Amino acid sequence: MTPELAIRLRGAVKRYGPITAVDHLDLDVPVGTCVGLLGPNGAGKSTTMRLLTAQAIADEGELDVLGFKLPEESKMARAQCGVSPQLDNLDTTLTVEQNLLVFAHLYRIGRADRKAAIEQALEMALLTDRRDTRIDKLSGGMRRRLLIARALIHRPRLVLLDEPTVGLDPQVRQGMWALIDQLRSEGTTILMSTHYIEEAQRLADTVLIMSHGKAVAAGPPPELVLEYAGRQALEVYGPPARLAEVEAEAGAAGLRTRRTGTSVSILNVDGFRGLPEGERRPANLEDVFVLLTGEEIT
Amino acid sequence: MAAIAEPRPARLGRLERPALTGVLVREVVNYSSYWRSSTFSSTVEPTIYLLAFGFGFGSIVSTIGGLDYVDFVGTGTVATAVLFSSAFPAMFGTFVKYQFQRTYDAILAAPVDTEELVTAEALWIATRAGVYGCVPLLVAMVFGLDPAWGMLLVPFIAWVAGFGWACFGISVAGFSKSFENFNYVVSAVLTPLFLLAGSFFPLDEFPEWAQVLAQLNPLHHLVVLVRHAVFGWAGWTDLVRFGALIVFGLVLWRIAIRAMTQKLID
Repeated sequence: MTPELAIRLRGAVKRYGPITAVDHLDLDVPVGTCVGLLGPNGAGKSTTMRLLTAQAIADEGELDVLGFKLPEESKMARAQCGVSPQLDNLDTTLTVEQNLLVFAHLYRIGRADRKAAIEQALEMALLTDRRDTRIDKLSGGMRRRLLIARALIHRPRLVLLDEPTVGLDPQVRQGMWALIDQLRSEGTTILMSTHYIEEAQRLADTVLIMSHGKAVAAGPPPELVLEYAGRQALEVYGPPARLAEVEAEAGAAGLRTRRTGTSVSILNVDGFRGLPEGERRPANLEDVFVLLTGEEIT
Repeated sequence: MAAIAEPRPARLGRLERPALTGVLVREVVNYSSYWRSSTFSSTVEPTIYLLAFGFGFGSIVSTIGGLDYVDFVGTGTVATAVLFSSAFPAMFGTFVKYQFQRTYDAILAAPVDTEELVTAEALWIATRAGVYGCVPLLVAMVFGLDPAWGMLLVPFIAWVAGFGWACFGISVAGFSKSFENFNYVVSAVLTPLFLLAGSFFPLDEFPEWAQVLAQLNPLHHLVVLVRHAVFGWAGWTDLVRFGALIVFGLVLWRIAIRAMTQKLID
């Protein structure tokens, strides 16, 4: 049995004038999994998300969402999808409950089920006691939780989360992760875009790393780490001149390095001897990300 | 790997009622938070026009074409009220919802197409224009306008005209890259049409070319139709005028959909 796909993109291309925002992208999101689209700002993650709701129309390629061909059948796909946008678009002069009521209508929840759906969304967003609060009186974290609960009000089969924790404080972000993890454990299919590596590592079953509109690697985070960064990295600290030296040495030995601010990380050092003094640490997804997207290293 | 094959729901069509309802519910719920201010301005504005023109011109001219000047202005400003409660809110509201609140991004991620979004927005604005359009008549009645059965048709005529002007406003917002562009439309299009409608003074004394141009002005037809509804119909020409308002609405409706599609869908 091959797993069923909630999203299937083949060779998707989206151009804006001379810029190719999405460049021959293949993407599979199997049912019941959480896939993370990881990439630096401007990698094409948001454009990919817009393609999936037919708010952007692909110039080339095949796009299927929940078995519907895009863009022709997008409306049917959208009926069974929930979308949490990167930019907050709640109605700020309405209350929490009014916002949910509007979306209960937009997502065609029948009169009989509307009240229960709203209650459930309030509970999920932990906003039951704030139901009558206007949006402009809510904190950033509350608004984010409401955005996600709003996307889930019609119990969609697929949820698209575009940068779900962007701009949140670290402790609030952890709360959001708990919420997304809960969804995942309930078997909701999730496609999440993020530029936070830790977020992808914690929440995603598989990660697709994007750079300049292309997929540069895809797989479960541990496999990606093993494949591209090995088991261990050696982190060497020192003044800038020393770091440059270390980089040259490692390069001569055929090892790859990346700058991590005040240190140089030498990647894939398993079994290597005669390396400079430093701190050995397990390789991580950030190493892979930096290696593949070229962000930070020039 | 195969994409999921589930029992497929019936294909969703165009202009579906649930989609229109969803957008309308949003507007109605939002209206509950700002109805006071919008009702205030829609009532006070025509009252000021009535008072200003009524007392200002009314002291010089007492009748126009056999009508008391107050009756003439009271019926004429119905068109003003319709314009102010349709074209302007459509222009600014659409732009704000698109650019600043990103409301349309949220709506189009739901099973709602641009065509349905634009249609529902225009229907809603038209309905408000239909109601607010009657306010000048009510105010004029306070100043002595006699009630007439034909007045019952005014909300309907105002609704049809309001739909067209709403679509006009949405089109302008759709084609504009920035707020500043609205100034051109207001100065070069709306103000001349507003003055060349026959609300405050008759167009009979205008040069003939201006009178011909006025026949292309939907606001002029609205003014004439309202006057005829109140003071007596003029036969088939009224039907032609009403037809012109319907054509105006239909054409601008399609233009608005096109404008917003190119704005909202990349």
